[in-house]
Amino acid sequence: MAEAVSGGSDLNAEFMEINMGPQHPSTHGVCRLEMAVDGEVVLDCRPEIGYLHRGVEKIAENLTVIQLPVITDRADYLSALNTELGVVLAAEQLYEVAVPERGEYIRVIMAELNRITNHMMFYGALGTDAGFSSPFIFGWWNREIIHDVFEEVTGARMLHNYIALGGVKQDVPPNFKDSVQKILPRLADGLDRCHGLLTDNEIFVARTRGFNPLTPEEALRLGITGPSLRATGLARDLRRLAPYSIYDRFEFEVPVGTVGDVHDRYMMRLLEMRESLRIIEQALEGMPAGGEYRGEIPRRLRYPVGEAYSRTESPRGELGIYIVGSGQNTAYRVKIRAPAFVHVGAMEEMLKGAYIADAVLIFASMDVVLGEADR
Amino acid sequence: MSLTDVLITILKVLILLLGAPLLALVLVYVERKTLGRIQRRMGPWHVGPMGLLQTLADAVKLLTKEVLTPERAEPWAYWIAPIVVFVPGIFVLLVIPFTPELVVSRLDLSLLYVFALPAVSTVGFIMAGWGSGSKYALLGGIRLVAQAVSYEIPLLFSVLGVAILAGSLSLIDVVDAQGGTVWYGVVQPVAFVIFIMAGLAEHSRTPFDMAIGESEVMGGPTIEYSGIRWAMFMLAEYVNIFILASLGTVIFLGGWHGPVLPGWVWYLLKTTPILLFVFWLRGTLPRLRVDQLMGFCWKVLIPLSLLNVVVAATFKVYGWGPTVPMVIGSLLAAYWFYRREWLQVVAVPARDPVPIPEPVPVAAD
Repeated sequence: MAEAVSGGSDLNAEFMEINMGPQHPSTHGVCRLEMAVDGEVVLDCRPEIGYLHRGVEKIAENLTVIQLPVITDRADYLSALNTELGVVLAAEQLYEVAVPERGEYIRVIMAELNRITNHMMFYGALGTDAGFSSPFIFGWWNREIIHDVFEEVTGARMLHNYIALGGVKQDVPPNFKDSVQKILPRLADGLDRCHGLLTDNEIFVARTRGFNPLTPEEALRLGITGPSLRATGLARDLRRLAPYSIYDRFEFEVPVGTVGDVHDRYMMRLLEMRESLRIIEQALEGMPAGGEYRGEIPRRLRYPVGEAYSRTESPRGELGIYIVGSGQNTAYRVKIRAPAFVHVGAMEEMLKGAYIADAVLIFASMDVVLGEADR
Repeated sequence: MSLTDVLITILKVLILLLGAPLLALVLVYVERKTLGRIQRRMGPWHVGPMGLLQTLADAVKLLTKEVLTPERAEPWAYWIAPIVVFVPGIFVLLVIPFTPELVVSRLDLSLLYVFALPAVSTVGFIMAGWGSGSKYALLGGIRLVAQAVSYEIPLLFSVLGVAILAGSLSLIDVVDAQGGTVWYGVVQPVAFVIFIMAGLAEHSRTPFDMAIGESEVMGGPTIEYSGIRWAMFMLAEYVNIFILASLGTVIFLGGWHGPVLPGWVWYLLKTTPILLFVFWLRGTLPRLRVDQLMGFCWKVLIPLSLLNVVVAATFKVYGWGPTVPMVIGSLLAAYWFYRREWLQVVAVPARDPVPIPEPVPVAAD
């Protein structure tokens, strides 16, 4: 550790080395941050991952395309549907399968609902890390509302295995439109409550505003994507820049921040939820009442020879899925470009000079899920 | 002193010794219920009617749990720390006048005593922090000591004004002085607010709970403790909150005085809002950072508490005439000063300024 932190053996004995994690409550899973601290100030930090490594990519090489979403769900367990969408989009490029209208709309609605559940989890975790237990419960309530709908549609609450090659696995229940429309005002109300609880809370603002600012250049150099990048003022949203699925049909804003501090990163997520609600509303309007939910898929599901790459805007950032097929039943290679992995790597630079208490908040503000980082 | 007196005193002490754990159980239950209501959930619900026996079940669990000693602990300091933390609380309870009759010891210097003795428990926390052989415990212990020592100063200054007004350091005299007239909380509103704030910080409660911050140092000095020894820390915490509310009642809200109802009812009626306020804060406020916490103490609370002593002295010398405008003035000045200093306290630590970038226009599809 001494070598790792100081780059040599000259680490001053006055500094304390502490291990944050892998069983620390604020590392959002099992990340381990090796930190050298001078009193309360972090001098150096080395993030260490791998405690949740399950070999998702390797397992995926032994699965057919139908089985593929099952294991990729487990990578980013908080936004499983968004990961599925990325995986299936890549597979569809490879198989050259068309998706019917209804399937596309169901996908978008589910993915955006999933985005809200993920951001609600972020909201709660950030609040808890600021020493405040109520946001966690508030976020959880809103998550529960959506999870109930998920359960109706997919049968599962978190790991769905729902979006499949050519569309979705099964049609939505007949009352789907009603039940989603019913929860939209509840979610909007819940979002307002979340704002009221934390956004202008004086101590929370004192802890987050103007703190750990990032410029767009720094953020790009560190490879940060998603809401944390948009917080720096760069309106880079793949749903807008390189629309996949049917995102080009909807009207929605891309919220951008000004300073890129912790509070901006927090605000991005909350504003994004509002936009997600707008997208869902429009998608419910435009969803065809009947028709196919899953297109024609080849009877023999051998991977065509070739490669495909999809990039989607997962709640955490830019999610890239790279699939190489070689004419076998199983893929030759599946690679996941996980935003959380990159964000954990950025911690080394971002945590330097912060207080221990703020290190926890900065880590939370990047919305890292270790399942995705370790895969 | 006759034999009856001795027996009655022993009885009172026994009531307090047995009552303190019971008190903690009730307070834990009330806190969990309050927090539950704030967070749109039920709180304890299953064990006993309305979950009333939940805390008792927790206590039984803690008592029967294995008591672990970490390999790298300093055994002596580690063993003795919970006792050092817990005992001062009990001793403070001895002198608090709940009603004119229900007070174990009528100490003449009780106002000094109730603030001097809890300082001993700070030693217990540093023993726990050092003795646990854990870096997180040490960090938490150091935080707690820095915080407790700093906040003792405004805490003492805030009651100094009351001592001047009452002309006595005996809690019973302080209560009696508020008998037929207004409470000291009205004459000394700033002192009352400072007293509550500093008291919260002294016992490391939200929003000043950085020493036990579970998201940073994971419980601070108590991190390595389990079973009965951890229960003693818990007990001490809730006894201390009750003491804080009791002292607030006795010093600022007139203790047992009140019309019609018996004294102990008035006592409970005044103590409960303070307790609920403390629990309410826990449900609605995040935690301050270490530098903000210390800055708040030294730059805001200590000057304000000094200002308050001046107001109290004015009243003592010149009576009501100049005091009424001074109380109002001190409230306004305190608010202005608080806003100004608070903004400085929470100011962002100096870093390289970041130019605000122009938003990149969204590419047209």
